Amino acid sequence: MNRSAVIDLLYRLADDALIIGHRDSEWTGLAPILEEDIAFSSMAQDEMGHALMYYQLLHELGEPEPDTLAFNRRARDFKCCGLVCLPNKRDWAFCTVRKFLFDAAESVRLAALSESAYAPLAQLARKLRSEKKYHLMHDRAWVVKLGESTEDGRQRMQKALDFAYPHALGMFEPTESDEPLAQAGICPRERELCSQWASAVAPVLKKAGLRVNENARPVYGGRVGRHPEALAELLESMQMVYQIDPSANW
Amino acid sequence: MGEAGRTSSPTTGTGNSPRVIRAWQALETVADPEIPVINVVEMGMIADVRESDAGIVVDLTPTFAGCPAIDLIRTEIRRAVRDAGESDVTVCVVFDPPWTSDRITEEGRQKLKDFGLAPPSAKSCGGPQASALEAVPCPHCGSVETEMESLFGPTLCRSIHYCQECRQSFEHFKEV
Repeated sequence: MNRSAVIDLLYRLADDALIIGHRDSEWTGLAPILEEDIAFSSMAQDEMGHALMYYQLLHELGEPEPDTLAFNRRARDFKCCGLVCLPNKRDWAFCTVRKFLFDAAESVRLAALSESAYAPLAQLARKLRSEKKYHLMHDRAWVVKLGESTEDGRQRMQKALDFAYPHALGMFEPTESDEPLAQAGICPRERELCSQWASAVAPVLKKAGLRVNENARPVYGGRVGRHPEALAELLESMQMVYQIDPSANW
Repeated sequence: MGEAGRTSSPTTGTGNSPRVIRAWQALETVADPEIPVINVVEMGMIADVRESDAGIVVDLTPTFAGCPAIDLIRTEIRRAVRDAGESDVTVCVVFDPPWTSDRITEEGRQKLKDFGLAPPSAKSCGGPQASALEAVPCPHCGSVETEMESLFGPTLCRSIHYCQECRQSFEHFKEV
């Protein structure tokens, strides 16, 4: 096993889950309807749980404790993609589109990882995949519902998609781990996952009456620690209590 | 019992030592904190119970990875097995076998239903189908004239439905 490549992969998975989980949790108490308030809070709880599981795998490979990884690293140490960092700005269209693009990518990735040669990750992926299906069912229903709603609704969704799509392509930023992971049968190459993802999201977006900009260019940087400023702001808020006394017992 | 089955037969199985059988019996007293009418054995959360050099090891396979009750369940399991006379009890959280709703026992399903919570369909094959969520039998009147209102309910494992027949809303334990 290529240990450093596996660790890199686990950090990407864990950090994506933690940060989208935090973004989802920002809708708690604010979502447009009660059911969605609960849905986003539940999905946040799922994502935090998934992040914890990945951090535990990292800990088993000699990395620090999960709490330390979540609450005691700076933005540049995180390996999450840019898409999850972007602020919600109380924009329901953007958050719905982002969640759909993200969960579709996660579904493709978890399906592949279920067959991973790294057994602890394969076992975990099979478990998380069964939960992720509910997220995707939720997101698909809303993307189509909002896209088909009114002209105003469709335009907002199209604007959100145009903005989110280049960042979504950035989820599949190639890293130095790509080749060793693919050759060891641990995780397929990012470009392969990206093309599976694009085929998975296309029919849903089409059904919603939305158009993908074929010329969109991916926004990279997240996997090597270059993030939008919004991540530092998010971490400041998320880590605030822990940072007051990192040795406190919870 | 579901397809996944158990690696050990709980309280009556052959091949289990008296200590292991006693531990299984103790586990039957540990209630699910979110649905207290059902215990962790009926819930299918116990993957294995075995003797180690020092004591008893319990493998716990969580329902949802983000379930906030896991730590509480671990503590309760340790307490119950200790009360049954063991001094050294280790609880390992495992994902192999993964928990699926097929692991809930027949008695468990009946208890969920009596509690007013529609049990998961028996053969989920590891995941939800959109269509399956549209005709969940109402736990109150049995009608399948029901609609799914929200995929997410008061806990991670429940969705919310409405029965057109008896005009009541109800919760359903999701297939995973």
